[in-house]
Amino acid sequence: MMSANNEMHKVDHIRCSHVGEHCATSPGPAKIVVRDFHAGFGETQVLRNVSLDIYPCQRLAIIGPAGGGKTTFLRSLNRLNSLEHDFRHSGSILLDGQDIFASNVDVARIRRRVGMLYAVPIPLPLSIYENLTYGPRLAGIRDRHRLDELVETSLKSAILWDEVKDRLREPAHNLSGGQQQRMCLARVLALEPEVLLLDEPCSGLDPISTAKIEDALDELKSRYTVVLVTNNTKQAARASERTAFFLMGEMIECGPTAVIFTNPRHGRTSDYITGHFG
Amino acid sequence: MTRQAISNPLHADEGADNGAPPPQINAPRHRRQLRIPPDVAQRIVVGGLWAIAMSAVAVLLFIIVFIMVKGLPHVTPEFLLQAPAKGGRLGGVSPMIFGTIAVAGLAVLIAGPIGVITAIYLTEYTRESKLTAFIRFGADCLAGIPSIIFGLFGFVFFADTLGLGISIISGALTLALMVLPTIIRTSEEAIRAVPAAFRDVSFGLGSTRWQMVTRVVLRSALPGIGTGIVLSIGRSISETAALMLTSGMVARHPSSVFDSARTLALHFFTLSREGISMPKAYATAAVLVLAILMINLLAYWFMRRFIARVR
Amino acid sequence: MRASQGMPKRSPLGAWLDRKQDLFISSILLVVALSAISGLVVITAFIFKEGLPIMLQVGVGKFVSSSDWYPAEGHFGIFPMIMGSLAVTAGALVIGGVLGLGCAVVLTQFCPRWAVSILKPSIELLAGIPSVVYGFIGVVILVPMIRVHLGGPGLSVLASSIVLGIMMLPTVTSISVDALQAVPKAYRDGSIALGATHWQTTRMVILKASRSGLVAAMILGMGRAVGETMAVIMVAGNTLDVPDSILAPVRTLTSNIALEMGYAAGDHRKALFATGVVLFVIIMILNTIALTVSRRRSRRKSGA
Ligand SMILES: Nc1ncnc2c1ncn2[C@@H]1O[C@H](COP(=O)(O)OP(=O)(O)OP(=O)(O)O)[C@@H](O)[C@H]1O
Ligand SMILES: [Mg+2]
Repeated sequence: MMSANNEMHKVDHIRCSHVGEHCATSPGPAKIVVRDFHAGFGETQVLRNVSLDIYPCQRLAIIGPAGGGKTTFLRSLNRLNSLEHDFRHSGSILLDGQDIFASNVDVARIRRRVGMLYAVPIPLPLSIYENLTYGPRLAGIRDRHRLDELVETSLKSAILWDEVKDRLREPAHNLSGGQQQRMCLARVLALEPEVLLLDEPCSGLDPISTAKIEDALDELKSRYTVVLVTNNTKQAARASERTAFFLMGEMIECGPTAVIFTNPRHGRTSDYITGHFG
Repeated sequence: MTRQAISNPLHADEGADNGAPPPQINAPRHRRQLRIPPDVAQRIVVGGLWAIAMSAVAVLLFIIVFIMVKGLPHVTPEFLLQAPAKGGRLGGVSPMIFGTIAVAGLAVLIAGPIGVITAIYLTEYTRESKLTAFIRFGADCLAGIPSIIFGLFGFVFFADTLGLGISIISGALTLALMVLPTIIRTSEEAIRAVPAAFRDVSFGLGSTRWQMVTRVVLRSALPGIGTGIVLSIGRSISETAALMLTSGMVARHPSSVFDSARTLALHFFTLSREGISMPKAYATAAVLVLAILMINLLAYWFMRRFIARVR
Repeated sequence: MRASQGMPKRSPLGAWLDRKQDLFISSILLVVALSAISGLVVITAFIFKEGLPIMLQVGVGKFVSSSDWYPAEGHFGIFPMIMGSLAVTAGALVIGGVLGLGCAVVLTQFCPRWAVSILKPSIELLAGIPSVVYGFIGVVILVPMIRVHLGGPGLSVLASSIVLGIMMLPTVTSISVDALQAVPKAYRDGSIALGATHWQTTRMVILKASRSGLVAAMILGMGRAVGETMAVIMVAGNTLDVPDSILAPVRTLTSNIALEMGYAAGDHRKALFATGVVLFVIIMILNTIALTVSRRRSRRKSGA
């Protein structure tokens, strides 16, 4: 534990030297701007007063204890929550300056631009190929070559191509759990989204599959804005540039991962990170 | 006390029901010891229950074997391919096979889409409300109405008021109303069994609700819906009372859906009730029962596929 | 480059339609759903429209309490048929209730998996056998047996009750199975842990907890029996007297309609529709009782 902390200190120094102080130092304008966001279901208030900037081509990790509203926050970013009849919210979420809750937005288009990967792999009851082309077809892509190309590139990005290139017509549930989750990642990538939301994508996976997913994310960070919810603080430390800590519906703090993990401003953040929580 | 309890089990039972609560947790065992020991009672009752269950299976087997043994020898190719002659004493049942397929097929063609759409509405396009409760209540009531009432209704409404006459189409419309509740109920159950996560995934990949329903939900629910449809076909084939009053008894090959057609079940009823020809009656029953067996097998197969799919 | 950006821009109207799509589709589906259910309203309306006038003309009280059914002379009294329907239904309830509940208890409590896979399809198949086949078997097997061993004409309340009892077995069983399976497993485990035998547990815990569902099963089974037509015509004898023993022949409401509809005209036909009205009312009362009983149960369950 000690040595890990020391390691992080070093990383912190290197990062801080060219990234500088937290939120102010952003590479360009924010991709997603969340302001005074409150959300809840019916009578239960789940998120309170969340304000957060998410920058392009960076990975933001969201950590925090169970029930803190991380999933609810993530599902607000692509308006998946709006499917719950009793969902209500106030405040704003801007994607490239556009309010995603405005009455005239095309929700399906928002969801294509902001793709999501769930905690457990959920292959649709279709073949691997059909799973991957499900989104692009709905987006209106009919051209076979274009679809084939999308399938290949997204499977390669998810480090799955070599394993499945000869069995694309097989039912997707024939794949192993780890392969299924990478297929789900590829399925999102085939939409060519701008933002990737990942809700504890490795929580059900073995270390090797986890490593593969993390490798894939590492490759992807240069092209996508990534928001990664994770219960695994080590993963957050490894696989993100910035980290936000959510506690009981509030965002306690947000900053460069190295700072959050070594020098958090709030006692509760450090309690959580060092495992003294509760 | 002990003696009385044994000699008068009725009295003892009363005592057990009204008696004060047992003082200790393991009292029941102690108390029951005074009468028939529980393990003996258990054995007697379970034996009796098994006898009941086995008698149900025995009745089924008896019906099938009896009809097959008596009827199959008379089921010849000519019987299946010829029209009846001399009121059914001679010839076969080909117009009835045709009529049965026409009436049952048409009924399911009408009720299938309406039932599935209703189920989609109830499950995917609305939340539980007074309206859905009303629709479900209506379907439940419809399911409870006896077939002879459907027959009366089809007779005045389809045949008479709408002027469709005693015809295949009148019979099919009447049957469609009869099987609608089954189709709604089974489709609803099949759709509800589709994992909720599929909906999240589909929406997450940018589908509209309709795209989600048609491409994911219906696709997974299809075998389950198929089970309901196949069972409805079975019910349509078996139906007699409603069809007697709507599609009629004419024993000729129908030339259009506005012609009357006698179904197999009605033909069998006529043959046996009027004592026209027992061999022909048995043969018709054998064809009917065989059809029902095959349909149930098909439904079973659909069910297996459905379970495999939403597993 | 990105799919979402490479998409052609929608026209404002198209985009608006896209946004309102759910609403449009939902309204269309609702219309279909309501039209499906409107069948019930139309059925009720037409049956009453055809049957009620003659009932009022004869007098509702006289129609249901008179024993004179002479359609040619304009005497319409269906008391014997009402009693006939009640008699065969009561008999069927005894037989079908015991058989159906017994099968349900075996299926849910005392059945190894392999036996479930025989018993369950058998009972489903029993539901699929056409009623004319049941009636036929009744005529060729049961009726002669009753005639020889118990006396009377054979065509009787008893024969009808047995045939109807077997026919209602699948209904009673399947609804009872649902009710029995709805009892939380913890109840059963708790009782067994206290030292009760399996049967004591079933009797004192499971049957008690699922009581209202079982009542609903019985009532819906009765509905089946009251409404059954063809099988009853074949085994009941169809005489116009109030039955005085279980070996006496009877005519039920349903068979009255089916037997005479073929040649009835004028007031006679209307009186058959009126018979249908009485049958309809009986069925609706049974259904409503069953639905409220089982609704109360589900409300209690969700409230807990
Ligand atoms: N659809 C919903 N309806 C009502 N309440 C909900 C709904 N979804 C979530 N909640 C509530 O919101 C709170 C936050 O849930 P959420 O799933 O966002 O937490 P989380 O931080 O993702 O937790 P975990 O780490 O366990 O995944 C919980 O108390 C939960 O009960
Ligand atoms: Mg979560």
